[in-house]
Amino acid sequence: MHRQQVPRSVYVHIPFCKHKCYYCDFNTYAVQGQPVSDYLHALELELHQTVEQLPPGQIDTIFVGGGTPTILDNEQMRYLITMLEQAFPDRSPSLEFTMEANPGTTAPDKLQVMRAGGVNRISFGVQSFQNELLEAIGRIHRVDEVYESIEWAREAGFDNLSIDLMFGLPRQTLDNVEQSVNKALALKLPHYSLYSLKVEEQTLFHTWYEQNRLPLPAEEEELAMYRLIMHKLEAAGYHQYEISNFASPGKESRHNIGYWCNHSYYGLGAGAHGYTRGRRHVNVKGVQEYIAAATAGLPIAEQWEVSREEAMEDYMMVGLRMNEGIHQAAFREQFGVHVDTVFASQLAACIENGLLERTITGFRLTERGRELGNEVFAAFVGVHV
Amino acid sequence: MDRTERQKKIRNFSIIAHIDHGKSTLADRILEYTGALTKREMQEQVLDQMDLERERGITIKLQAVRLTYKADNGEEYLLNLIDTPGHVDFTYEVSRSLAACEGAVLVIDAAQGIEAQTMANVYLALDNNLEILPLVNKIDLPSAEPERVKQEVEEVIGLDTSDAVLASAKNGIGIKEILEQVVHKVPAPTGDPEQPLKALIFDSHYDAYKGVIVYVRVIDGTIRAGSKIKMMATSKTFEVIEVGVFAPRMTMVDELTVGDVGFVVAGIKNVKDTRVGDTITETKKPALEALPGYRKINPMVFCGLYPIDTSDYNDLREALEKLELNDASLRYEPETSSALGFGFRCGFLGLLHMEIIQERIEREFNIPLITTAPSVVYQVTKTDGERISIDNPSHMPEVGKIDYIEEPYVKASIMVPNDFVGTIMELCQSKRGDFINMEYLDANRVTLTYDMPLSEIVYDFFDQLKSGTKGYASFDYEFSGYKTSKLVKMDILLNAEQVDALSFIVHRDKAYQRGKVMCEKLKELIPRQMFEVPIQAAIGQKIIARESVKAMRKNVLAKCYGGDISRKRKLLEKQKEGKKRMKQVGNVGVPQEAFMAVLRIDD
Repeated sequence: MHRQQVPRSVYVHIPFCKHKCYYCDFNTYAVQGQPVSDYLHALELELHQTVEQLPPGQIDTIFVGGGTPTILDNEQMRYLITMLEQAFPDRSPSLEFTMEANPGTTAPDKLQVMRAGGVNRISFGVQSFQNELLEAIGRIHRVDEVYESIEWAREAGFDNLSIDLMFGLPRQTLDNVEQSVNKALALKLPHYSLYSLKVEEQTLFHTWYEQNRLPLPAEEEELAMYRLIMHKLEAAGYHQYEISNFASPGKESRHNIGYWCNHSYYGLGAGAHGYTRGRRHVNVKGVQEYIAAATAGLPIAEQWEVSREEAMEDYMMVGLRMNEGIHQAAFREQFGVHVDTVFASQLAACIENGLLERTITGFRLTERGRELGNEVFAAFVGVHV
Repeated sequence: MDRTERQKKIRNFSIIAHIDHGKSTLADRILEYTGALTKREMQEQVLDQMDLERERGITIKLQAVRLTYKADNGEEYLLNLIDTPGHVDFTYEVSRSLAACEGAVLVIDAAQGIEAQTMANVYLALDNNLEILPLVNKIDLPSAEPERVKQEVEEVIGLDTSDAVLASAKNGIGIKEILEQVVHKVPAPTGDPEQPLKALIFDSHYDAYKGVIVYVRVIDGTIRAGSKIKMMATSKTFEVIEVGVFAPRMTMVDELTVGDVGFVVAGIKNVKDTRVGDTITETKKPALEALPGYRKINPMVFCGLYPIDTSDYNDLREALEKLELNDASLRYEPETSSALGFGFRCGFLGLLHMEIIQERIEREFNIPLITTAPSVVYQVTKTDGERISIDNPSHMPEVGKIDYIEEPYVKASIMVPNDFVGTIMELCQSKRGDFINMEYLDANRVTLTYDMPLSEIVYDFFDQLKSGTKGYASFDYEFSGYKTSKLVKMDILLNAEQVDALSFIVHRDKAYQRGKVMCEKLKELIPRQMFEVPIQAAIGQKIIARESVKAMRKNVLAKCYGGDISRKRKLLEKQKEGKKRMKQVGNVGVPQEAFMAVLRIDD
């Protein structure tokens, strides 16, 4: 049942960047003047308390995200990695240990520290192969640094690399996207994430959007970009395993798949989300506040019990993001009931609309459903809760 | 005191006024002054009991109250103050409550002067032979011009204003003076207690324990508990359980006799058995003829009420049943729409009445509603000679079977400052009005009279009138009769399916324009769906306008970051919430407002 899983995944949040990109609303702060070391100490305190309260078993995946984790200096990086080693000593032989990185923040010696500490997967926030676009969205790096970083990473022994690209950016054209994708594919990486821009509140982009100063591509054009991306990635031998994710066989991000399968995970660091023992929690967001809170106890801002009904809905909402969809057997294993019984009318309606289809083992999005995913996800939300 | 002596001391009167001229405030002060309620008991404007009335500042259900007043001559008088509703939808009710009086206090705002409803009310009072006592209110306003207003009343209405009371109800000025006038100028009731009973019904309300409480004014005879009574129009008979007066709370008395205003409880289950204007008599000694003026009132405006959530259908029916208990003029019957499912066709006295009922259903009964655009009642003569009444546009027979169609017209009186005459004439013409008359009230103000189709008034006439005259125009109308018009039914098709609830009747000359604008309006109101939705306006088989709502092409959250699932969830819940407020018509989600879109077409 969904409450009894012992987390096999760990998420750690490093809320620092060189500066914030114009579209970003993640919990992250410009690093200058930030008490990074204090933050890491607080993180260590949280780690100790967490594993004391819920002793971990064997860990399958670790994901250090941000922010820009690689903004840490070598000493800090070592410190972070060591504390994770101590807190989660039992690791699966096939451990997937991902760290997010930004081109230009991964000098060879830092990569060595990471490598030595067990990091075996790096996800680079590349976003685009056009300098004008990078500048226009507020990235700190330029295209040259992308190549350099990938090369260094390979030299340091990392072969499980991924890059993020964005589409639907202001003034981005279909041609731009094609060029970026071509250049990305030329790197022959095992994994690519391609995200469409969403204008989030409390970002610079949102302000511009409200002022009518954000020339976003039309929906039709954005759709064409998405289709082009799917087409090119498939043609290059990558399979799409989620709305925005493509991989060579066996190189899918197991950590993310864990989220989509409604598995539990430790969530550590400022503003991090965790899901353990059937409860979700969100940590205190601000850096200083987090440091203060972690010194006094667990730095939790909010936590709540996930009812069985809510968990079932979450399962559908995130599970259907995956191309293979949801499996009836896995659903039954988690909840002890048949998915067809719980969501009979919602499934039928989405199938009728041509957004969902049956597979031998369950249900998945159709091609159209992938483009209109929210219509499907929304159908399963708030049904029983 | 014997009956005759007592009768001489009774004064029955009403207060009449244009909306906002201060009628309710005056009533409050009178209650306070006569000690019917102490200040402490006083709730602002006690006579307006419903929340909605207080919010909108209008009186919907009228009320009656008995007061005792010791006049300057040392005598004690029994005053019955009958409040009247202040809106054109309720003209008939006003006329019946005036029929229960011998006098009326005419309240006129010292700044605004005579308005359309002032005139309408004066005419009603004159029709009922009432003694009219002018009272110029709000004299303490900086903009007050009591002398000008008095002169206007003399010139326009022809009332002697030399004794007109100058008052400020708000500040309690002139209250005693008007009460003295009521005592000395309003005649005592005439009538004979020994004659067969004749009591005028001027209102009723439903009480969960006692059944219908009938508000009456006794003209002749006497009524008491145990009397066997008969409603002369409906021929229903009942035995009286109790009689009483409003003092101002309901208080039982032994009998009601000539001149008395009070209530009768007789185990009456249905408010429709006690029609306003009907005469109550006694079965054992019946009156030969009923009091004049009774009319069976027919709803003028109809619309469909449908629950957004089909499972609310039974609750909606119960809500209508409950409202009907208190509202004899509300009409409803089940109807089915292929677009909206099961609902009710409801008839109302007018637009305000309609809005009030809708609001009460949504507020008091908590049932979200879809309201179709209001329609008037058309008289259709078919080619085979059959005549039918159509209160729902979608029931209009096909063109080939119609010989001619008649629509209701009203005589509209619009009172307006000089400067706006051109604007108003233009507006009335655009609303197919026929000019009848233009009369100068004084150098600055004009009354325009038009004969206009009621349907045009239903379609946002009032809003345009107000906005076109910066709020200065006042307006009143009465039904004038049916006239033949060149009308056609406009159908709306969404996704190639006709949506019955969106059909409307329109004059042929305006059909093209209205169809076009309607399509554009719907295009704005209907959110994008997963497929393109063509919108077409058609007369018969002929498509006269089209638009389309482009399909939603891409809508998917790209990222599910760092395990923050609750945020995704909230976003999706929000998307879904928006959808819930829409009605699924076929497979198209149509928001509530779309069904009223036709009302928002500016010509």
